[in-house]
Amino acid sequence: METTAQGVQHMTYREAVRQALREALHREPRAFLMGEDVGKYGGSYAVSKGLLAEFGPDRIRDTPLSESTFVGAGIGAALGGMRPIVEVMTVNFCLLALDQIVNNAATIRHMSGGQFSIPLVIRMATGAGRQLAAQHAHSLEGWLAHIPGIRIVTPATVADARGMLWTALEDPDPVLIFEPQTLYNMEGDLPDHAGAVDIDHAVVRRTGNHVTIITYGATLHKAIEAAGTLAREGIDTEVVDLRTLRPLDMTTVVASARKTRRVVIADEGWRSGSLSAEIAARLSAELFYDLEAPISRVCTAEVPIPYPKHLEDAALPQPATIAAAARTLIH
Amino acid sequence: MTTAAAASAVLDRAHAIGLLRQMLRIRRFEEKCAELYSAGLIRGFLHLYIGEEAVAVGTMAALTSEDAIVATYREHGHALARGVDANRLMAEMYGKQEGCSRGRGGSMHVFDAATRFYGGNAIVGGGLPIAVGLALADAMNARSRVTVCVFGDGAVAEGEFHESLNLAALWKLPVLFACENNLYAMGTRIERALSRTDVAGKARAYGITAATVDGMDVVAVEKAARDAAEAIRTGGGPQLLEFATYRFRAHSMFDAELYRDKAEVELWKQRDPIRLLEQRLAEGGMLDAAARAAVDADVDAEIARAVGFAEAGTWEPVEQLTRDVYTRPPA
Repeated sequence: METTAQGVQHMTYREAVRQALREALHREPRAFLMGEDVGKYGGSYAVSKGLLAEFGPDRIRDTPLSESTFVGAGIGAALGGMRPIVEVMTVNFCLLALDQIVNNAATIRHMSGGQFSIPLVIRMATGAGRQLAAQHAHSLEGWLAHIPGIRIVTPATVADARGMLWTALEDPDPVLIFEPQTLYNMEGDLPDHAGAVDIDHAVVRRTGNHVTIITYGATLHKAIEAAGTLAREGIDTEVVDLRTLRPLDMTTVVASARKTRRVVIADEGWRSGSLSAEIAARLSAELFYDLEAPISRVCTAEVPIPYPKHLEDAALPQPATIAAAARTLIH
Repeated sequence: MTTAAAASAVLDRAHAIGLLRQMLRIRRFEEKCAELYSAGLIRGFLHLYIGEEAVAVGTMAALTSEDAIVATYREHGHALARGVDANRLMAEMYGKQEGCSRGRGGSMHVFDAATRFYGGNAIVGGGLPIAVGLALADAMNARSRVTVCVFGDGAVAEGEFHESLNLAALWKLPVLFACENNLYAMGTRIERALSRTDVAGKARAYGITAATVDGMDVVAVEKAARDAAEAIRTGGGPQLLEFATYRFRAHSMFDAELYRDKAEVELWKQRDPIRLLEQRLAEGGMLDAAARAAVDADVDAEIARAVGFAEAGTWEPVEQLTRDVYTRPPA
């Protein structure tokens, strides 16, 4: 991290998450971080490096490898008045804790008739692109977005990585934050006084009039690259970053689609039974007579993520495939 | 008899009759529930606790109002013994909005903030991590409390049992693990599910103080629970009590009981916890027919009131269907 222009900090996404954690732990005495190797090791993605020395072992808790129990303990601690931040090392490991996430975190408020809320934040790394093969690189956030009772957020920028954690921590309900693992080294500028970021709204990252690309997470940056390519061809592309996958901000999505009348959904999740299908269905219902072309989807190929780089690249949405999908809608 | 001894005997008599009353409340409440189920007024799954009353009554008698309980789907007895209002409990069985969980949970999901009763968890083993988390919150706030976690022998085969015992022992958390070993995980007898059936021994393997207790003897249960709770409250770390008990009724209302002999059931019924306590009281000259009749009359009146309350209860308006999914409704 370095201070560059006046009032602007230049930092990585990883540093932004770390700063967000530090701020949360300073501002909220009930907050604590627990998960596998978050303390002595410094976090498997080095996000929490240094926090153990700064905050001590009571608030930076290394857990045994027992995802279901430390996520469940986060739920219990939240019920007991704490504001736990639970780190699950990587998205595939959260499957071991699905019982606690789906059967407890998402249901207890409802099952208790509103008596108990679960103010819990669960963070995890998600997505492919680092040759980690089929058990460390899936994009299951859209799948979890199926579940009522939890919020799903996907910070794609340094500012969102820095600003969403505090908002999530203040939320009275469980919030799952998915951090794309390919973004941890991404650098960006953050104004000194950048504050909390709301977790209710999508945002238009690039404005355009010919076609809308709806995306989130690591794919946002591929969509922006695609939009640059398309601009050189005279195609004026709007890019919408969903940011929150549940609840979906359809107001922003529909407004953009109504303007451009052409929609590409770029989603690192698989196509079948997916978030991209959900968005397409809602847009079709809302804008059936306004669209100039069928809604197009660029998703991950229906294959477990392969190890070799050329196959992994081929499996994922890429700037070229996103741009190609947009071109098809125009021509 | 000295004056002091006389006072003690009087106190013991009142206390013992209180235990009897609590067990009878549970027995009569559930007998009424079975009747209401047959009449179609209670639906869904209904798991009766009849036969196991001594465990809930003895354990709850050892707690203070500050302590917390995490229970299972067979939890009517724990709720009543803990002090959850019988009227609201019965209304919950009906699904009425006057129920303790506003009717949203039903028989399996009893929650009550006032008595720190955290469900009502119908995923076997799912409550253990939550209990660990509640205890973690107490430990982090230096509160002298106990969280009682009730579960059956079926849960002992679940990974969450082992993860939770490990974590609670590792972090010396104030949890009383209360295993109700009724010998059957639904229809699977313990020898057919566990390579070693000594549940207390499993706890000791994690460094947890554990004991096996006659779960049909309410006085023994209370004594064991008091001793354990006191040690836990004063920082001694978690303990496990394995209560040897038996359910007299089927697993649920749909169970034809093909997996156990009637002779075995009859044998256990000879150790009915209510009859055992009555005999002990009678032998000690502490319970005459008039006193017993008075208890019966009280209990019968309470159950009748509860049914009346539930019958007079109201259905939540369908317009409120999606309330209590989020504390902060989607923007």
